[in-house]
Amino acid sequence: MASQSLITEELKKVIGVPTEPTVIEIDKSAIARFCEAIGDSNPMWLDEDYARCRRNGGAVAPPTFLAAARMRGIRPTVPHGLKRVLDGGGEWEFYRPVRPGDVLTVTSKVADLTEREGKMGRMLFTVTETVWKNQGNELVAKARSTSINY
Amino acid sequence: MAKQIYWEDVQVGTEVTPLKKSPTSRQLVQWAGASGDFYEIHYDKDFAVSTGLKGTIVHGLLKVSFLGQMMTDWVGEQGALKKIGCQHRGMDFPGDGIVCKGKVTKKYVQDGEHLVECEIWAENPKGEKTAPGTAIASLPSKAK
Repeated sequence: MASQSLITEELKKVIGVPTEPTVIEIDKSAIARFCEAIGDSNPMWLDEDYARCRRNGGAVAPPTFLAAARMRGIRPTVPHGLKRVLDGGGEWEFYRPVRPGDVLTVTSKVADLTEREGKMGRMLFTVTETVWKNQGNELVAKARSTSINY
Repeated sequence: MAKQIYWEDVQVGTEVTPLKKSPTSRQLVQWAGASGDFYEIHYDKDFAVSTGLKGTIVHGLLKVSFLGQMMTDWVGEQGALKKIGCQHRGMDFPGDGIVCKGKVTKKYVQDGEHLVECEIWAENPKGEKTAPGTAIASLPSKAK
């Protein structure tokens, strides 16, 4: 039985269109909450005095801090009408450390849409690419992640 | 902090120091607040069950961050995590333990940086790899 494709013409139009840039100010308390949530007490992230004379010359956010910040309304809207979502995974590349006080500009776009028949019905796989730049317009990080809607 | 590891200290097959985590519902709520991911499957059991899950599940990005912590702990203050990625193949449930593990699969020098590539994964109590992936990190070299 052929079921209708989830990838409509309307959805195809979303592919490759970048979002308006979102500006994120990195504040120390957000980094502290992040570290507390994962249970990471590395002084490189939170202790400015300790970190000053080390590799980064001051406290920096743990690299995956940006992966979590991804959730703050920066992803493109894909009007698929599906209610359920699972995280399929992703990869993140880190080019420069992120420091408290940095102002990052984030843009993302849908790079690919695919579909597959799964245990819970037809599933839509959305691959989103995200780029973070800092206030000096330097590349900070890039990500490519997959979400699964069904 | 553990003793600094150097590029010369590792070989293909060297184990990344494992990191044990025991996420609770409380931690998932903390993570929801810290990450901004308030999807109910992570803290509302009735909602999670209504979507076909067996119960609330651990956020995928929390597992990525656990894997990231394993890597930053292992590479130490003079190392740096350059890349991390994983697929979410299986679900983890609050109350079950998760162990992050990894091993070196490649070591090389590129653009003057001493790098290692590692196979990494999060493992559930049954020994299943729920989040397999890879990481690339730079390590300090004794030669420098």
